[in-house]
Amino acid sequence: MTNETSTVTAQPPMSAVPTLSADRRRPGSVRVTSVVSQILLSLVALLFLVPIIWMLLSALKPSAEVFTTPPTLFGSEVKFSNFVEAWNYLPFGRFILNTLFVAGIGTLITLVASAMSGYAFARLNFRFRGGLFVLYLSTLIVPQEVIVIPMFLVMQRLGWVNSYQALILPWAFTAFGTFLLRQFFLTIPRELEEAAKIDGCGHIRILTSIIIPISAPALAVLAVFTFISYWNSFLWPLIIINDTAKMTIPLGLDLFLGQQGQRWELLMAAATISMVPTVILVLALQKYLVRGIALSGLGGR
Amino acid sequence: MTALPADVTAAAAAATQAGRTRRGDGKAATGFMAPSMLGLLAFTAFPIVASLIIGFYNWPVIGSHTFIGLKNYQTLLTSNEFHTAILNTFVFVVLYVPLNIVISLGLAVWIGSKGIRFRGLYRTIFFIPAVTPVVANAAIFALILSPNGLIDSLMQTWFGVQAPNFLGSKTWAMPAVVLVSIWQGFGYNMLVFSAALDGIPTSLTEAAAIDGAGSIARFFRIVLPLITPSIFFAVVLTLISSFQVFTQAYVLTGGGPGNATTTMVVYLYEQGFQFYKMGLASAVAWVLFIIILVITVFQFIGQKRWVHYDQ
Repeated sequence: MTNETSTVTAQPPMSAVPTLSADRRRPGSVRVTSVVSQILLSLVALLFLVPIIWMLLSALKPSAEVFTTPPTLFGSEVKFSNFVEAWNYLPFGRFILNTLFVAGIGTLITLVASAMSGYAFARLNFRFRGGLFVLYLSTLIVPQEVIVIPMFLVMQRLGWVNSYQALILPWAFTAFGTFLLRQFFLTIPRELEEAAKIDGCGHIRILTSIIIPISAPALAVLAVFTFISYWNSFLWPLIIINDTAKMTIPLGLDLFLGQQGQRWELLMAAATISMVPTVILVLALQKYLVRGIALSGLGGR
Repeated sequence: MTALPADVTAAAAAATQAGRTRRGDGKAATGFMAPSMLGLLAFTAFPIVASLIIGFYNWPVIGSHTFIGLKNYQTLLTSNEFHTAILNTFVFVVLYVPLNIVISLGLAVWIGSKGIRFRGLYRTIFFIPAVTPVVANAAIFALILSPNGLIDSLMQTWFGVQAPNFLGSKTWAMPAVVLVSIWQGFGYNMLVFSAALDGIPTSLTEAAAIDGAGSIARFFRIVLPLITPSIFFAVVLTLISSFQVFTQAYVLTGGGPGNATTTMVVYLYEQGFQFYKMGLASAVAWVLFIIILVITVFQFIGQKRWVHYDQ
């Protein structure tokens, strides 16, 4: 017992009298340990943030001072104008608007389609429901790479290469959204709908005025993750878009990166801008994150 | 987006059962299911079947396609480049998955441990790169890892030696890709583990402490077994996604130098969209799919040995 508790605390026991729990025995040393632990954890977090901090610092430097030995935190001047220049360089502002549009519409379609099918699976009785649900789930294990080649050929035949619909539609109907919302809808007590049914409400009214308001947290989680995955998507846009006017942010950053005579400070300013919306979403929805991830199985992507 | 929720089979079984109890919403169901079903048919089911078929063809983007049976698969079997791509992918997976799980679990436990304050803040910090664009993350590391970049100039300043040209070196390019992937990738699993750890009743660990179990024994004998379902879940999903690694390698090194970081999906992209061999690229996709499927099935079989579902 003594051996094992001493691995928790670095200090020797203050008294030789054994008591029941490790915490009660040496309150002082436990406090010291947790302060040390807190400081170490903060250092790890700071080290983890170094790339982000370096991005911000580099984005504010004059072009010639991005690479210096020894490295400096700030250049000879702090150039906020880099952000303006990055916005207009390539048309990065255009990329942002494109991505906002694609991610916004894509998220909207996903929410509507998933809520409808989720409701059908959770509340309606119809033939082959079980089998259909299994089929839905089985599509979840198919990697995106299997789909992109035929999808590209189809888009080409439809003349949809370099179009917004090609960026939006292929990923708006996922079994994942249906599954997530169905699971949530099943937790809602049916009694809530009985009164509405007696009043003669149809399924559409029940879905829109009872189920959806209650499901706001689940819808929010689905919306955030759908938006983020559109916002960050790279492989499909890389395949289907080569017109600068239709490019999304990840493509624009890649274009930036590949250009001759790289302007690193502008690239870092652009990278900073590209991170703002998703970081805001995460900060705003912090509370739901742990629960949402546990609920949705989005881990490990 | 790939996800494989753990309670899939149970949920499916429940759905089947419920479906048999009563019938009669057929009309409404057709309407409610229509958008999702049509979308899924057009953009998932059809492409899956089409991709399998295209894999048996010589299918250029322009011009006519011809049936060639298993020739694409034979080409892959004998292609040194493809062998390298498979090897690179496995090297990535073997380095990335264990590191990801250990770091995410370690930090989740650390952040959740007694006496730590501002837990939400730490969780958010470690989660941020998981939601920022992969291309942006890779661009930052391209700057930091380049010659005269942050790491190189720090090494010159402190030790007077130059750092290797990480992204231009056959030895260092893959570790660099793994580093970026870990940095941006463990946040999701950390939150999965945090949720699992929060769910452990404190009465269990307190009882063990009273019985004389030290913190290490408590962790390995009580906490770890209790969260094995979450660990299993995270390992399955992380493995699936790690076999599909593309963006980091493509942006950081373009699969190079040489083909040191050409993963299976980088190879697929090159064959399909740089050389326009759609048939061959489809065959690559199916080889990848089958590898993922086999590994996932084996994990589900193997879970009985180490995953504890009873609480």
